[in-house]
Amino acid sequence: MSSRIAYRLAMAAITLAGVAVIVFILLRVVPGDPIAMMISPGASPADIAALRAHYGLDASIPVQFAVWARDLLRGDFGVSISLHRNVLELLAERLPATLELAVAALIVAVCLGGAVAVIATLLDDSPVAPVIDAINGLFLAVPDFIWAFALVLLFGVFAPILPLSGRIDPALDARFATPFYLTESLVTLHLSTFLDVARHMAMPTLALGLPLAAIITRVLKESLREAMVQDYVLLARLKGMSKLRLVLQEALRNAVAPTLALTGVQFTFLIGGTVIVERIFGYPGVGNMAIDAVINRDLPLIQGLTLVFGALFILVNMLVDLLVVAANPRLRHG
Amino acid sequence: MLKVNRRQALALGGASFLSSLLAGGASAQAADKLTIAFNVNLPSFDPTVGPSAVNPTIQAIYRAIYDQPVGQKPDLSFEPGLLTKWGWNDDKTKVWMDVREGVVWHDGTPFTPEDVVWSIQRAGDPKNGSPVPFVWGSIDNFKIDGQRINADVKQFDPTLFKWMAFLTGYILPKQYYTKVGAEGFEKKPIGAGPYMVDEYQGNAFLRLKRNDKYWGPKGAFETVIFKFVPDGTSRVAEIESGSSDVTLEMPYEEYDRLKAKPGLAGVCEPISDIGMIFITNVEKEMLDENVRLAAIYAIDKEAIAKRLLRGYATPIATLEAPGYEAFDPSIKVPHDPEKAKKLLAASGYSTDKPVKFKIQTTRGFKPKDYEMIQAIVGMWRKIGIEADIEVYEIAKHYELRAAHKLAPMAFYNWGNAIGDPATSTGFAMFSPSPHSAWKSKDLDDMIGPLWGEKDEKKRIAGWKAVDKYIAEKGYVIPLVQYSQPIVFKSSLKVTPNATGALQPTLVSKA
Repeated sequence: MSSRIAYRLAMAAITLAGVAVIVFILLRVVPGDPIAMMISPGASPADIAALRAHYGLDASIPVQFAVWARDLLRGDFGVSISLHRNVLELLAERLPATLELAVAALIVAVCLGGAVAVIATLLDDSPVAPVIDAINGLFLAVPDFIWAFALVLLFGVFAPILPLSGRIDPALDARFATPFYLTESLVTLHLSTFLDVARHMAMPTLALGLPLAAIITRVLKESLREAMVQDYVLLARLKGMSKLRLVLQEALRNAVAPTLALTGVQFTFLIGGTVIVERIFGYPGVGNMAIDAVINRDLPLIQGLTLVFGALFILVNMLVDLLVVAANPRLRHG
Repeated sequence: MLKVNRRQALALGGASFLSSLLAGGASAQAADKLTIAFNVNLPSFDPTVGPSAVNPTIQAIYRAIYDQPVGQKPDLSFEPGLLTKWGWNDDKTKVWMDVREGVVWHDGTPFTPEDVVWSIQRAGDPKNGSPVPFVWGSIDNFKIDGQRINADVKQFDPTLFKWMAFLTGYILPKQYYTKVGAEGFEKKPIGAGPYMVDEYQGNAFLRLKRNDKYWGPKGAFETVIFKFVPDGTSRVAEIESGSSDVTLEMPYEEYDRLKAKPGLAGVCEPISDIGMIFITNVEKEMLDENVRLAAIYAIDKEAIAKRLLRGYATPIATLEAPGYEAFDPSIKVPHDPEKAKKLLAASGYSTDKPVKFKIQTTRGFKPKDYEMIQAIVGMWRKIGIEADIEVYEIAKHYELRAAHKLAPMAFYNWGNAIGDPATSTGFAMFSPSPHSAWKSKDLDDMIGPLWGEKDEKKRIAGWKAVDKYIAEKGYVIPLVQYSQPIVFKSSLKVTPNATGALQPTLVSKA
């Protein structure tokens, strides 16, 4: 097991290095010069050259990369061109907001998707089954940003019961010791603050969680259907076990492994989906910051964000692999 | 006694959490709080460095926190700011500035002439990353005598004092900034403006508190919140749900719908932003005057303004919009498709043998930008011009323009909040400017002497002559002056600002 983890860590480091090289080079060859974004119309060539030198963009690409890589190894991600702040500090501030949102969406997706899959399995023979399938198909077909707009209209305009943007009520004078607002307010039992943060997260969480819930429903329902015709389930049925107990106690345990693997992969897509959803809801996470970074061609920030997203994807995949192995004795024992 | 089992307890807990979650509802307007659903994020608090320093929209926030040496009224005219008086000597070799007394920074320390000198010198030093060092570096050798600052003019710039009300023209606190450094200032900025920074969450909101020690008219609200809502649909929902009190820059159709709703009102007045098409003189088609003029005469700007932009735009014939100093209503470029056809025929082109070129445009960067170009391409097709539309990002536009590599025609919007011809026609059409697309000696010979013209009347007359010449030669296609839609609760009064900056001091209780 430990050699497997060491191998995965080594592969992760190589992957991240590859991501760093590709992103660095791509950013410098695609159109969109950050200096061209900020030069004033009256700037002379000397002014432009001075601006380029100020941001360290006057050297050749290999030299720029060498400087960046050297600084990176020292833990210095550079200074954002547009935000004028240390990139690592910015990531440390914003990433927790995205992580809380993504984890909340995952929890909603797992609970909702799992519950619907179990209910659909229980009602497999009833006329309701095709209705559940059709609704689930609809949820599968609608992407997260459409859900976002639909929720804005539903809970923001028609029945304005949820806040439309931000992470917390701007009028609230809440002070946090950590950037994990939801977790901190819950742990410190500041329940009114917790509820305010939860209310602000509700719509983005649903927008991100609903499509994943539909995927989980489909996969888990299929796995349950296969498990329900296995010999051990049939035996339990002959013993007179109720259908609910059959599903929950016998079939679910064996059906969950493929769902777990798929959920892990989909979770990485969900993190990617935070970019647009955070933008729509004015949610201050790394996704929202990434859009501004791209608009402003903020190269140090885009590079830092890409590395963080890359590291997150790798980490999530590793965790999922470990969980799948832990959940499946056949894999655990080689 | 009522017994509750585990399942019931869980269900009860879940239900009460859900009801608490939904119970808050949309926040209503508090008596002394103004919430603005703003269309852009505030990336940085330094108004003199980086991309946000040259972003016209963000100036609304900067003007609330900081103060400018020269103030600007909503009609673009100038007024005393942190300077009470200013001017040049007779031969324009020296400048003098009288600094306002009794002003304090947000931390209570006094504002001094040293702050002004330090801010100008800092913005004039290219090493600091200022995007306009050429303006601030045009004066030097500062001497402070009481509240008066004297300086030598290194290179005469007739727009110098106008820039003091424009992009990067802000005074920062010397002592505080040098003590906390650039990153420290970003974390806790202070200015001398009508509002003080209270709380900031990047990409979410900025909360400001009224500066009761402000030297000028006090803000009407004790608390002002800028919610950063870049998505247009979400901004519309913000105002419609009552979550925000004011919002701006929504599609004109939405503006018409929202202002008709009970409890909401709207203003949509012209601002100093124009839509235009750059012509790049690289490909041979654009070197043909007949083709350029035909392209211009074929465009029905009235129809575009009325039908596409629902009347919220003003057709323009030059890069000077009404309200600008060098605006000359006598310069007219009529819609004349027959004349356009004749011009094309003189160069051997017709609908059967059209002239072909590419036109670049953004999509969604400005209201109906892509649709406007689509309509124009349709008008051109009728006279014998076949244009291919290429959609690109605004970042690519800047890069291509700086490299003189734009397509033969490229749509852009040009802002000129100080209304001076140097910052519209000048920078857009003078060859050495990195933002010009048409680069020709005849035009440079006309524009060159105007940069340093000391006689103001002569200078403005000179720019008008340049604009007339450009219109006759067809070196650029001015399209429309935009109007800015603002929707607000009818309990408020919003004074539209021709610069397009929605400053909180321009919002009051009705």
